[in-house]
Amino acid sequence: MKTLAPIPHVDPLDPLALDDALDPDVRLVRDTVRDFVRSRILPEVGGWFEAGTFPRSMPRELGSLGLLGMHLEGYGCAGASATAYGIACRELEAGDSGLRSFVSVQGSLAMYPIHAYGSEAQKTTWLPRLATGEAIGCFGLSEWDYGSEPTGMRTTARTRGDGYVIDGTKAWITSGGIADVAIVWAHVDPQPGTPATGSDVRGFVVPTDTPGFTTRNIERKLSLRASVTSELVLADCYVPASAMLPGVRGMRGPLSCLNEARYGIVWGVVGAARACYEAALAYATTRVQWGKPIAGFQLTQEKLANMALELQKAQLLASHLGRLKDADTLAPAHVSFGKLNNVREALAIAREARTILGASGITLEYPIMRHMNNLESVLTYEGTSEIHTLIIGQALTGLAAFS
Amino acid sequence: MKILVTVKLVPDTTADKRIDPATKQLVRSGVETVLNPFDEYAIEAGLQLKEKIGGDTTVTIVTMAPESGKEIVRKALAMGADDAIMISDPKAEGSDVWGTAYALAQAIKKNGFDLVLCGTQSTDSITGELPGALAEFLGVPGITHARKLEVEGTTVRAERETDNGYAKVTADLPLLVSVTKSMNTPRYPALKGIMGAKKKTIAIASLADSGVDKPVGHEGARTELIDLVSPPTRGKGEVFQAADAVAGATKIIEFLRERKLV
Ligand SMILES: Cc1cc2nc3c(=O)[nH]c(=O)nc-3n(C[C@H](O)[C@H](O)[C@H](O)COP(=O)(O)OP(=O)(O)OC[C@H]3O[C@@H](n4cnc5c(N)ncnc54)[C@H](O)[C@@H]3O)c2cc1C
Ligand SMILES: Cc1cc2nc3c(=O)[nH]c(=O)nc-3n(C[C@H](O)[C@H](O)[C@H](O)COP(=O)(O)OP(=O)(O)OC[C@H]3O[C@@H](n4cnc5c(N)ncnc54)[C@H](O)[C@@H]3O)c2cc1C
Repeated sequence: MKTLAPIPHVDPLDPLALDDALDPDVRLVRDTVRDFVRSRILPEVGGWFEAGTFPRSMPRELGSLGLLGMHLEGYGCAGASATAYGIACRELEAGDSGLRSFVSVQGSLAMYPIHAYGSEAQKTTWLPRLATGEAIGCFGLSEWDYGSEPTGMRTTARTRGDGYVIDGTKAWITSGGIADVAIVWAHVDPQPGTPATGSDVRGFVVPTDTPGFTTRNIERKLSLRASVTSELVLADCYVPASAMLPGVRGMRGPLSCLNEARYGIVWGVVGAARACYEAALAYATTRVQWGKPIAGFQLTQEKLANMALELQKAQLLASHLGRLKDADTLAPAHVSFGKLNNVREALAIAREARTILGASGITLEYPIMRHMNNLESVLTYEGTSEIHTLIIGQALTGLAAFS
Repeated sequence: MKILVTVKLVPDTTADKRIDPATKQLVRSGVETVLNPFDEYAIEAGLQLKEKIGGDTTVTIVTMAPESGKEIVRKALAMGADDAIMISDPKAEGSDVWGTAYALAQAIKKNGFDLVLCGTQSTDSITGELPGALAEFLGVPGITHARKLEVEGTTVRAERETDNGYAKVTADLPLLVSVTKSMNTPRYPALKGIMGAKKKTIAIASLADSGVDKPVGHEGARTELIDLVSPPTRGKGEVFQAADAVAGATKIIEFLRERKLV
């Protein structure tokens, strides 16, 4: 008689055992980051969020783990796979989106452009220090008047002597107020009637102690509070010609960086959503009303089942994009599928999870509302959900609904 | 200096454990395998010594475990150990403390060593006997339950935890030290370590390759496990319903007094 194989166990925290498919080294990355978040971040992050601070020691702590610019090769970077980078983003954002935002900006928006488009001198000056967290980087593209349409930016760099004078104000810049170096995008020597394509846009590596460079932090945020968001003001800010990123011209520069960072978000929000789902699951199995755990009620089970379903679908999407990226076949529109779906579903999961906790769900004693508020920023930055819808629309129809 | 760290692979300490009544063995299938958490302190101690002494100091991991545990061993390499030796042999299955210690000793002698570091106990069988037995087979002094360790030249100074304090001891290399949890905080494997570990060697050796010339495993076991008994399950706690806080507190004090706990 053929003996029946035992029915495999279903882990409520990874019901389809998707993590079993990870390579052993990626699993080690997961465990390292997860342990760090559990022991270092979770006990304190509620307090950081409430106080609106990002701890000064955090960059070096993240640097000593090798998480800053981890997917880049050389110059003190670990050279990990896209999937490993994704897993690290996921586990960091299970702690807080602010933490993951710091790592995304440092690695994908500050280090990546230097790595991809920088001169050898720019690379050796900045990358090793950014990798250890000794230096902090930021990315200045958005302005008060130009968000989704960055091509319209007003910031300019005009030739003067052997260098350029940069003038302009950048808004909503993550880590701006604590940064040592800013990647600033500007129109170079614009002629009357700026080209609509932004072909005159170039990137500059600007040390934040350059005369004429000041910052002001944006306060009274209700989201990403454990993250610094700032305005950068560049007024008659002179930089030598060697400050320009030599390897790229036009909007391809900033957009390629955003594509890197968006990829990390596709994974990151799976972590935030998982943290909400976990909290809701734990609460539902212990909270008793009418003499039984509320997890025993069909309506609660439907919520939990739907959350788990969307969580697993989001993970599958992230893993798939990871494989494409590791194979160098990832298109920007692919990333839009991931960002649009995963942020949207993460927010939906956070909101559903919140209902399961009832009144407790609105406090900082539980992670859910913190994640929910954070995800509102994640929905907007790195391309709003509307813009990603339009990118997908254009990819499907060949017609651009925005220029 | 050659530092060897013995590391056991154990079922995840947070998972539910089950004993197969037929074989009286721990059921390992379906449970994730991890490095024995106690051994991470020994690895950390080895890495700190390597960093301090420098030169050609190496840290080698030694384990007796099935080859399927290879990727778990890699975590120790990701933390910073240089290489690993795995004694993987179906004939090692069922080894008792004597067999495990003998096999490890033969492999360690074959490799050569100045200092052997162990954890104080495993989290599955928890006999805590292996370090003593291993020192004996290696023919070197064993300093067990060390909470502090310094090496200067060939002199080792250590503090051994005792029931009511600690004892300062010194001895000369070569020797064996078992490391307690108060010695250090094990590091997380950093990204570069994880990437670098892929290129490090984990040498798989049979018992014969390791110079084990006597039967170990079931055949060589000198002890026999006669029975395994689960501890009696605890009864349900007593629930008091108190009218108010004072009545509740009074009841608790009474309860504690009865048991002479206050
Ligand atoms: C916490 C935080 C951190 C940030 N960090 C950085 C950073 O480090 N560096 C940086 O450069 N920027 C950063 N940003 C800015 C972010 O990238 C912008 O907020 C984003 O691009 C949207 O721009 P906006 O806020 O100006 O909104 P707008 O572009 O004004 O959009 C407002 C609304 O109109 C919609 N909309 C716009 N155009 C269209 C259209 N064609 N069709 C349909 N709907 C449209 C948008 O989707 C949105 O719903 C950050 C933002 C936040 C909130
Ligand atoms: C179901 C079951 C049945 C068993 N039956 C018997 C039996 O019949 N007779 C008997 O004597 N024992 C038996 N054992 C014990 C088993 O053989 C021990 O696991 C083994 O001898 C190691 O001892 P320990 O785990 O208690 O190690 P400990 O002495 O608690 O561990 C101390 C240190 O020794 C090192 N170490 C231990 N094991 C290894 C290893 N394999 N590789 C590398 N380093 C290691 C580690 O550094 C560890 O921190 C049984 C165990 C189980 C679970």
